[in-house]
Amino acid sequence: MPPRDLRRPFKRPAISDQQKRRELALLRQAQNRRDSQHQARHLASSVLSLQNQNTEPEAELGPESETVESEQETLSKDLDILQASKLKGSEARKWFARQLMLPEWMIDVPPRLNTDWYVFARPSGKRCFVVSSNGTTVSRLRNGSILHHFPSALPNGARTRDISGPAHSFCILDCIFHEPDQTYYVIDMVCWRGYSLYDCSAEFRFFWLNSKLAETGACDPPSLYHKYRFSLVPIYECNQIGLHTAYTGVVPYVKDGLLFYNKHAHYQTGNTPLALVWKDENCSQYVLDTDSNGQVPTQQQVVLDLQEDGRLTTSDDPPVVFGCLDGDFVQKSGLRPGSFVRFAVSDEGMRFVDGKLEMANIHYIGKANRARAFADSYSKVLFQYAARHSPLRFGDLIESVSSFSDLGNENLDVEMVD
Amino acid sequence: MAMEVTQVLLNAQAVDGTVRKHAEESLKQFQEQNLPSFLLSLSGELANDDKPVDSRKLAGLILKNALDAKEQHRKFELVQRWLSLDSSVKAQIKTCLLQTLSSPVPDARSTASQVIAKIAGIELPHNQWPELIDALLSNNIHQVPDHVKQATLETLGYLCEEVSPDVVDQDKVNKILTAVVQGMNASEGNNDIRLAATRALYNSLGFAHANFTNDMERDYIMKVVCEATLSPELKIRQAAFECLVSISSTYYEKLSPYMQAIFNITAKAVREDEEPVALQAVEFWSSICDEEIDILEEYGGDLSGDSETTCFYFVKQALPALVPLLLETLLKQEEDQDQDEGAWNLAMAGGTCLGLVARTVGDDIVPLVMPFIEENITKPDWRQREAATYAFGSILEGPTPEKLTSIVNVALNFMLSALTNDPNNHVKDTTAWTLGRIFEFLHGSTVETPIITHANCQQIITVLLQSMKDVPNVAEKACGALYFLAQGYEDVGSSSSPITPFFQEIVQALLNVTHREDAGESRLRTAAYETLNEVVRCSTDETAPLVVQLVPLIMMELHQTLEAQKLSSDEKEKQNELQGLLCGCLQVIIQKLGASEPTKSVFMQYADQMMSLFLRVFACRSATVHEEAMLAIGAFAYATGQEFAKYMQEFYKYFEMGLQNFEEYQVCAVTVGVVGDICRALEDKVLPYCDGIMTQLLKDLSSNQLHRTVKPPIFSCFGDIALAIGENFEKYLMYAMPMLQSAAELSAHASGADDEIIEYTNLLRNGILEAYSGIFQGFKNSPKTQLLMPYAPHIIQFLDSLYMEKDMDDTVTKTAIGVLGDLADTLGSNAASLIQQSVSSRDFLNECLSSDDHLIKESADWAKLAISRAMSV
Repeated sequence: MPPRDLRRPFKRPAISDQQKRRELALLRQAQNRRDSQHQARHLASSVLSLQNQNTEPEAELGPESETVESEQETLSKDLDILQASKLKGSEARKWFARQLMLPEWMIDVPPRLNTDWYVFARPSGKRCFVVSSNGTTVSRLRNGSILHHFPSALPNGARTRDISGPAHSFCILDCIFHEPDQTYYVIDMVCWRGYSLYDCSAEFRFFWLNSKLAETGACDPPSLYHKYRFSLVPIYECNQIGLHTAYTGVVPYVKDGLLFYNKHAHYQTGNTPLALVWKDENCSQYVLDTDSNGQVPTQQQVVLDLQEDGRLTTSDDPPVVFGCLDGDFVQKSGLRPGSFVRFAVSDEGMRFVDGKLEMANIHYIGKANRARAFADSYSKVLFQYAARHSPLRFGDLIESVSSFSDLGNENLDVEMVD
Repeated sequence: MAMEVTQVLLNAQAVDGTVRKHAEESLKQFQEQNLPSFLLSLSGELANDDKPVDSRKLAGLILKNALDAKEQHRKFELVQRWLSLDSSVKAQIKTCLLQTLSSPVPDARSTASQVIAKIAGIELPHNQWPELIDALLSNNIHQVPDHVKQATLETLGYLCEEVSPDVVDQDKVNKILTAVVQGMNASEGNNDIRLAATRALYNSLGFAHANFTNDMERDYIMKVVCEATLSPELKIRQAAFECLVSISSTYYEKLSPYMQAIFNITAKAVREDEEPVALQAVEFWSSICDEEIDILEEYGGDLSGDSETTCFYFVKQALPALVPLLLETLLKQEEDQDQDEGAWNLAMAGGTCLGLVARTVGDDIVPLVMPFIEENITKPDWRQREAATYAFGSILEGPTPEKLTSIVNVALNFMLSALTNDPNNHVKDTTAWTLGRIFEFLHGSTVETPIITHANCQQIITVLLQSMKDVPNVAEKACGALYFLAQGYEDVGSSSSPITPFFQEIVQALLNVTHREDAGESRLRTAAYETLNEVVRCSTDETAPLVVQLVPLIMMELHQTLEAQKLSSDEKEKQNELQGLLCGCLQVIIQKLGASEPTKSVFMQYADQMMSLFLRVFACRSATVHEEAMLAIGAFAYATGQEFAKYMQEFYKYFEMGLQNFEEYQVCAVTVGVVGDICRALEDKVLPYCDGIMTQLLKDLSSNQLHRTVKPPIFSCFGDIALAIGENFEKYLMYAMPMLQSAAELSAHASGADDEIIEYTNLLRNGILEAYSGIFQGFKNSPKTQLLMPYAPHIIQFLDSLYMEKDMDDTVTKTAIGVLGDLADTLGSNAASLIQQSVSSRDFLNECLSSDDHLIKESADWAKLAISRAMSV
């Protein structure tokens, strides 16, 4: 048992540079592993399937642009959200034009409204997608064009030092920009910090929206690195109280109807019957559609999509056919397949059998505004028609939720109807 | 036969090489042909007083080596081999050994005690040889000759060194300690017995926890130890102080009543005793400082008293007397100690202790040391100037910047001028070191009042660069100072660093140092390259073009090391070392330039050339792989990305060689890390090499030769590979999954283990979980996700048990909750019901969602999302 060596390090740094190199290498590797893990978690499940979309109208433009367009088409079809968040120019416009979830108009009251649905007062304004990524925020209108380009407190929404995180930590919010108070009212959350919420139920998305948005400071008043305020809208269970509060309650924004969201529905791009819009004169200034001059026309107008074979269809999937134009007329009027065409509907111009359209009496007016990305949906045409003739009233909604809750049981209700 | 063994054992120590070799060969044959008989004749040889001492000693040594080895796996084999021997053989051997303890030949006794301890180390944990300790102690109880008593105590000492305290009953511990303390007592007239007893106490201190909680017993042990420090015999005093040092860390919280006495004893020893004893006395205080620094760091000023260990502030209390004592030692320097790598003397020990005291007490030390510095720093005797400078340098870590800044501001100019003008190398060495300490502790983005300003920066750099031309030991310290000067600017980011204007000059000066004829002395060349590395690491965008210019320069240097031919082994070693430094430097440069796109693209023009140099460095060696080159390859692969595919074919054999390197486990570990880099760089292009890599990794995991620290990162590699090649990982599932599963079972429970084992267990868990994570994510969106379904229940169970154990660290928690998300994400609705049925997923998730740790919360958010998606499908 010889004496122990008790030499201690003398005039030396405690750690050698070689050890430091090893540790830095390990640190870098751990960081890189975390990054690829992160990326894997974000991306793969958020690839959006765009194959089911309607045929793209622009794809059938003149022959000179055909090849380019179809290349872009394949390109944008294969994109996932991260890649899409980097798109620029017309590609971005095309991609985003197809990403919003569009509520159908409420023609009749869906079953289980009081148990399976949320309701909230829709802010009046411009519906848009807000994307924050790479230190900037961009809002895009329904047709894909840019509304604002601005710094925000959303994750990765401005070039500030304190908002750290990987570049792919982007967000996509479904918003309505409300002019009077220059505020983005967030009505849905599609991606948060790179995580896709497309496949999540509305229940979860709203929960996430409510718990995450305020954390970032996005709801704070505007500042140098946060140009517009974001705000949540109060969302209610669609029972009597909720419905009433949404309809009559005071909100800081101008209302434009009520939105109903099915709790179990995923975020689905395009028209969906699992989100519904309803309005009357009390909760909206725009119950009846205006024409291109902003006037309510005496006759209802509809915008339909002209197909190659001359059929006139709605924007639904599958499309509903309202009529047909013959080839001569199309040529004479300078229309092309894929054009949006405006028609007037005469009073008593539609006939229904078992709630289904049997006949529509429509008159050609002209080409629709070029900025449009979509024809009207079937439900919109019907809601407008009903609004002019026998509207679905707020009382009907209240009655439906109270009758459901009184009976408490859907089966019973079905029996009674039978 | 017996006669023959004696001769063979003697021949094995013959001067004549052929005789020796022949004898060794026969011993080996004997052992292989008949192990029991071999061991028996060795023990017989050792026990036989008629045999020559040399053959007996070697017989004992071979016996000892047949029971223990350094390498873990070999040790394990030897233990198993002994345990499986016939018990009558073992009994005979043990009898011989115990009998040898009474031999009149000291070497035979001493060898026998070591062998006995080795056997005890194997057998006692298996409840075998229970009579050993009683058999040994009967020697003391009955009156036995002194030499037997001495051998018995020595045996007890070795035994306590070999055996873990928990396999010896308290009753036997008491007997051992009684015998040992009795042997240490001042009344013991025989110095050999007293020395053996004192050394035995040192080893048995770990057994004495119960005895140290008993006031009377503790008082007695302490009294005997303190008395032994006053023995006229130097070795006994030294051994007694060793006991005190050991007690200071093992029984820190019991020391209060004895501190005054111990202070007096240590002070006397430091001032008056011979150096080996004085060094131990200083070490006592260094060790107390270590304890108090640990306690104060761990509980970070939380003095509420709920902590396990309380700080008694012994150092603070002793401060007024301790500091002058240590300052005195500083004046006892040896000439040229700075040139001697192995030097360790009282001045060095005292200065080191002073540094620890400063870290323990902080500001309080400053007023006690300043007068000494002021008095001595300008004295004509170099010893006084050096001691004053060393004292100053020693107290720079610990006290607050507020306390030190004004003093340092005054001292800085003095130091700069001393470094230029002092006639004594020793003083200059310490001055340069002190400057380095100033920059290390009082300069950087965290320090409020900067010591270095635009006004004095130029002067500092000029002096340091000048000093780098001084003798090697001074130049080396100047490089060190520059290292910390650069490090202080590592956070300046894109804003300008004050050393930017001097960048080129600094780099040139460092390269000049590496070319000095005498750069091999005082590790000067190494210091110069390390400083160059730090200067590059901390450089800003402004100097990026200059870093790019370094690439061809360093590559040229590396090229030159490869040109040398027919090297002697000494030269080969030097070449190897230089290649290490250059590869290290390239690694740093690659990492720096690879971090931003514009510099990366400039760097890429050198990629082919650089890779071919690395391959040639690998080719320099036949069996092993150069660790630094491997580290550089990792950085290189990361920087080049998919481009790396074109080098893969040539590189692969070295890659495999690195993964096979069990002996140098650091090399293996580094290579395992590079697997991840390459997977991320090549993504699916790594596929053609995966069979080989996976085979190697699986072999590594099943090897009991490989150092255990390499295993957790190997599991992580499974994840990296799966993430890179996606569903192609299918063919490895049947090998990887069972391995992960059994490792998971082993690692699920670490309860009752010590901190070190818990730490390792958590590393292992993290590796396993990272593997699962990568595999799930790799298979996501593939039609083959179903292949993972059978493994899901076990993984959820693993997560459940981790949650129940409550001993996960933050990293494991983060990874674990992430795996829950990955599982849900990939398996979707199939996993939803499993998760719903799991015992604790919900609680675990909720706990993580409300965690304060940002990373855990982020992972938990992910898991919540993925699970809710899975459930809503």
